[in-house]
Amino acid sequence: MSFINYASREINCKIVYYGPGLCGKTTNLQYVYQKTAADAKGKMISLATETERTLFFDFLPLALGEIRGFKTRFHLYTVPGQVFYDASRKLILKGVDGVVFVADSQEERYDANIESLDNLRYNLTEQGYDLDKIPYIIQYNKRDLPNAMPVDELRRDLNPTGVPDFEACAATGEGVFETLKAVAKLILIDLKKGS
Amino acid sequence: MASPQMVMYDEEFRQINIVIEKLLREANAKVIFLVDKNGQLISGVGEVERFDTTSLASLTAGNIAATGGLAKLIGEKEFSILFHEGEKDNLHISIVGGRVILVVLFDNRSSLGLVRLRVKKASDELTVIFDGLMQKAEEKEKSGTTDFPFAEITDDDIDNLFS
Repeated sequence: MSFINYASREINCKIVYYGPGLCGKTTNLQYVYQKTAADAKGKMISLATETERTLFFDFLPLALGEIRGFKTRFHLYTVPGQVFYDASRKLILKGVDGVVFVADSQEERYDANIESLDNLRYNLTEQGYDLDKIPYIIQYNKRDLPNAMPVDELRRDLNPTGVPDFEACAATGEGVFETLKAVAKLILIDLKKGS
Repeated sequence: MASPQMVMYDEEFRQINIVIEKLLREANAKVIFLVDKNGQLISGVGEVERFDTTSLASLTAGNIAATGGLAKLIGEKEFSILFHEGEKDNLHISIVGGRVILVVLFDNRSSLGLVRLRVKKASDELTVIFDGLMQKAEEKEKSGTTDFPFAEITDDDIDNLFS
């Protein structure tokens, strides 16, 4: 749920990166953080364990620029991917405007992808959202690994509704901004429709 | 959508700032923030430039969400007040009108008792303003009138953001 502030002429939107543990959600945000000009970003916050696994969420505020005199701000969040942090994941989905599902292309993570996607759909429903109706993008991450499954197979099982999807290698940054741009665009188009 | 769009207008923004500026003085606080439950900063008064307000807003909302989850686990609706005590500075966090989070940062020039007392009074006033704001948004939606800034947005506008 975006927040439009006429007083300060700002519009704020929330994007959540979802996906199985170690799929590269935090890496996506880290890359965006590294490559964004200092005046366009805030501090990146990572609530992580000592072994750098996300415990609650990562948070990165971005100011993309102005549309029609309104400052456009996007707040990027990741969820903790590990299965047992489900209660935290539900909290982070509150008020979401758009979702990026980061899939791990490795064959041995196939089941984890399916499970996480089911979990996303379920948790959204619980918050009163429908995954088929909100701005939603899929990213097939880790395309550079030798055990990556063919995109066609991933697409068939993870993207039956044909939402926009992107191949990526978050560690090197490939596909990271394409994904972000696509979800931001869907959110803005959705806002326009809502008017 | 799970909940209606949050919209803030100039008039209500001024009213809100009057209330929290008064609270800042009466509670002897250093900074006061109002944050949406989704983590968006609504307004802040006092020594705001000393703090990373965006991060503060996001973490406060995460904090409220996490304690809200705890509350539900033990059969409570929510914990409406949180208090964090530091060596010098303290945070008093409370939920206003079930929707907005009021954060008061204060040091030893004030006291928890005073802050609690003043927050209670200010909360009542803020609740009235936010109720009015919600009503206004609903009425606008019903009547179909909108001054929505993005209605005329073009694909070029969106693409320009990323250039």
